[in-house]
Amino acid sequence: MTLTGTLESGTDLPPDERVIDVRDLRMRYGTKDVLAGVSFAARRGEVIALLGPNGAGKTTTIEILEGFRMRSSGEVSVFGVDPAAAGEPWRARVGVVLQSWRDHGKWRVRELLHHLGTYYARYATPAIARPWPVDDLLDVVGLTAAADSRVARLSGGQRRRLDVAIGIVGRPELLFLDEPTVGFDPAARREFHDLVHRLTDVDTTTVLLTTHDLDEAEKLADRILILNEGRIIANGSADELSRQVAGESEIRWTRDGQRFVHSAVEATSFVRELFRQYGDDIADLEVRRTSLEDTYMRMVRDFEGSDR
Amino acid sequence: MTLSVRAGVARGGIELRQTFANATDLWGYLFPAVLLVGTIFFMRDAHVPGTNFSLGASTLPSAIGMSLAFGGLVSIAQLLVVEREDGTLLRAKATPDGMSGYLIGKIVLVGGMSLVSVALQLVPSLFLVDGLHLDLTGWFTLLWLVPLAFVATMPLGAVLGSLFESPRSMGLVMVPLIGLIAISGIFYPITAMPGWLQGIAQVFPVYWLGLGMRSAFLPDALAAVELTGSWRHLETVGVLAVWAVLGLVLAPVILRRMARRESGSAVAARRERVLTTTIR
Repeated sequence: MTLTGTLESGTDLPPDERVIDVRDLRMRYGTKDVLAGVSFAARRGEVIALLGPNGAGKTTTIEILEGFRMRSSGEVSVFGVDPAAAGEPWRARVGVVLQSWRDHGKWRVRELLHHLGTYYARYATPAIARPWPVDDLLDVVGLTAAADSRVARLSGGQRRRLDVAIGIVGRPELLFLDEPTVGFDPAARREFHDLVHRLTDVDTTTVLLTTHDLDEAEKLADRILILNEGRIIANGSADELSRQVAGESEIRWTRDGQRFVHSAVEATSFVRELFRQYGDDIADLEVRRTSLEDTYMRMVRDFEGSDR
Repeated sequence: MTLSVRAGVARGGIELRQTFANATDLWGYLFPAVLLVGTIFFMRDAHVPGTNFSLGASTLPSAIGMSLAFGGLVSIAQLLVVEREDGTLLRAKATPDGMSGYLIGKIVLVGGMSLVSVALQLVPSLFLVDGLHLDLTGWFTLLWLVPLAFVATMPLGAVLGSLFESPRSMGLVMVPLIGLIAISGIFYPITAMPGWLQGIAQVFPVYWLGLGMRSAFLPDALAAVELTGSWRHLETVGVLAVWAVLGLVLAPVILRRMARRESGSAVAARRERVLTTTIR
């Protein structure tokens, strides 16, 4: 599999449209290279999902972009500024939702959102009103009923929604989400996905998220980056990725009450042949493209098997 | 800048109000007050050696000086250690001007908590002992001494809080601090200590805060039982100012270094460590 072609596909954006621009980012702890030359770019309003096994460098990448961690080498720019040296006006344009917060347990939900919102007021622009009015925000994340609860009393899912609310209270132009839906039930997950769609459709927020949930990545992301052992091994939309892996499709059907499953590279011609032979006897036909999960597993496995 | 000051003051105010609404914080206010009032009660008939002045009346201002020192050093340090672990500090870092707001909030919170504690200790004790009086000069002394107490101790507390990783290692600070209180003439006259201990005690702020408080509340005649037979205001200001400068120089450097290291994975790693050590 050729890797260099996919690496460049994200960086052919004109430079002034790049919200995030990362070139040859490297991070080394002692003798271990956690990031070994990562390059990608994100344009305004784009949703990028960072996938990869544990230890692949996802969190390190996101923390460097958030300005919370120094890098060993490489060029990083977010809104045209190096996050490691960025000031408070830059900070006001960026929203961060991390894993596992426990802070501000004694505060009440509304009180906390209102307080944190006040820091953003001076960074409002004619185009972007900051902060997000608290009652609207509570409504958007579904915390209206819990507005007067103490933060320590919230359920796990409510706490997570509060974290998201705090992440977006300043109406960020760029939002970092580190495994945002861990511990969500399916309904809460669906609501969260709707929220992200709303942010990106209405407010053209750029989103960089990490996740282990491949369905989530497929649903939310315009583009998926797969990171493995500190390198980007794939970069493209879910469809593009599955086309890169010469995938076989899965075909299911029934004939005379019997169920059949078959894998084929050329699904169309296989189905044509199927109908030519059996015609109307075929029922319940289902053709499925390689799922993102299959693609992902295949790419990670291929990478570990070869290029080292 | 003014906005982050306002946000910080608002933050401190909200957090101070929260301390009146939960059992742990209320206990933190009441327990030392009950302990001190009890001590004063049992000391009320004893006399300061060589005088007929009530020992309880003389201990009270000393203990209030100690409270100020303790509040400034320990409360700030503890809050920093705990809030670094639960992610509050990282949250401040993720907010524009959040760090200044956070620190100003802590100063308001700890200042307010100290004043509440002092009031809870002072008011009931005043009914137990005679001889304390606060004249105009006394008020004036408080006016410079209390702010100086905060400036001399809080930045140092912030430095301590930045240096220690876990709430449990804060115990390492408490032991020498309690030793320091024992030799600083708070509950036991410093004049009865051997000379070298007197010397050590006079390096640190606890002795001077006790002395300053005694000078505000006690009749001037009692200066005679102090070291060198005077209230030594000039020296008090001098020593406390040196500590204040030291703290104000060190605190920004050390706080910045500590804050720079904060990240999501740093908070997660610390949590992991706490969990595994508690289980073991």
